[in-house]
Amino acid sequence: MKRLCLAFLLILSAAPAFAFTADDPMDDPAQEARARELARELRCVVCQNQSIFDSNADLARDLRVLVRERIAAGDTDAEAKQYIVDRYGDFVLLKPPFKVSTYALWLGPVVIFLLGAAAVYFYHRRRRTDPEVATLSAEERRRLDKLLLDDS
Amino acid sequence: MRLIFILPVAVFVALAVAFGWQLVSGKDPSELPSALVGQPMPAFDLPPVEEGRAPVSSTSVKGEPALVNFFASWCVPCRAEHPILLDLAKSGVAPIYGIDYKDKIDDGRKWLDELGNPFTAVGSDLDGRVGINFGVYGVPETYVIDADGIVRHRHVGPLMAKDVEKVILPLLERLKKP
Repeated sequence: MKRLCLAFLLILSAAPAFAFTADDPMDDPAQEARARELARELRCVVCQNQSIFDSNADLARDLRVLVRERIAAGDTDAEAKQYIVDRYGDFVLLKPPFKVSTYALWLGPVVIFLLGAAAVYFYHRRRRTDPEVATLSAEERRRLDKLLLDDS
Repeated sequence: MRLIFILPVAVFVALAVAFGWQLVSGKDPSELPSALVGQPMPAFDLPPVEEGRAPVSSTSVKGEPALVNFFASWCVPCRAEHPILLDLAKSGVAPIYGIDYKDKIDDGRKWLDELGNPFTAVGSDLDGRVGINFGVYGVPETYVIDADGIVRHRHVGPLMAKDVEKVILPLLERLKKP
């Protein structure tokens, strides 16, 4: 049983190695490095939370081949990426572009942080100027002293 | 000061309504919008699946509203969809062009022999390149193309009777009006 578990764990640890090596690398190592970098930035539309670099899906393999082809054809990284985006939409970019339809996505967290910071700021400012924490009047001080004396 | 206490409750209710609505709307969030809607259909020129027919190209699809259906003999949901396609073809509402996606021509032929052939013409996309140009990410997928060859709608997954009734037929009807 122990051995079986060990074997299973070893297989699991080797799983990431399967993905990209399954297809032919490009002859030029620099181009291959670019293809791999691009493949890491593109989403596999079948599995949706993996890059095409990591995915074993058929379509991911096809897209890796396609990326290599585009690079071999002389595309820049941006052109190769655009080629895929033209077919599958912005969703294939694991890092979404900054444009009108994604303003909420990129700016939302900042806006929420600023709202929170403003709320904290105003809350504390109000507390500081709250009349209830103002010092006691002479009359109140006298009554308080009297109460304390009565108590002891 | 009151507002501070009501606000979290209000935010929670708003979120609950938003999530609940999304949940019961029956919309599949993993279904992707097509990048091609409103764009010209990608050009293709494919060898025919049926024996003794001419190659199937994108130019033959133009001229009237049509459906382009990606299927494969290895695809199980395609089998479920097939009777719907046969019905559509019988009604003659629009020509249906089939693209046999990543499938051997022989297997595609057997599929049509066994289940019937709803297609005006069927091309074989053996390496899946035409599929990629259309943005196909899983068969079956069906595209509605207008008379000018512009993609008007994509349906992901098997077409069901209600999809045809509620979406495909009304859209074809609209596209047919000049």
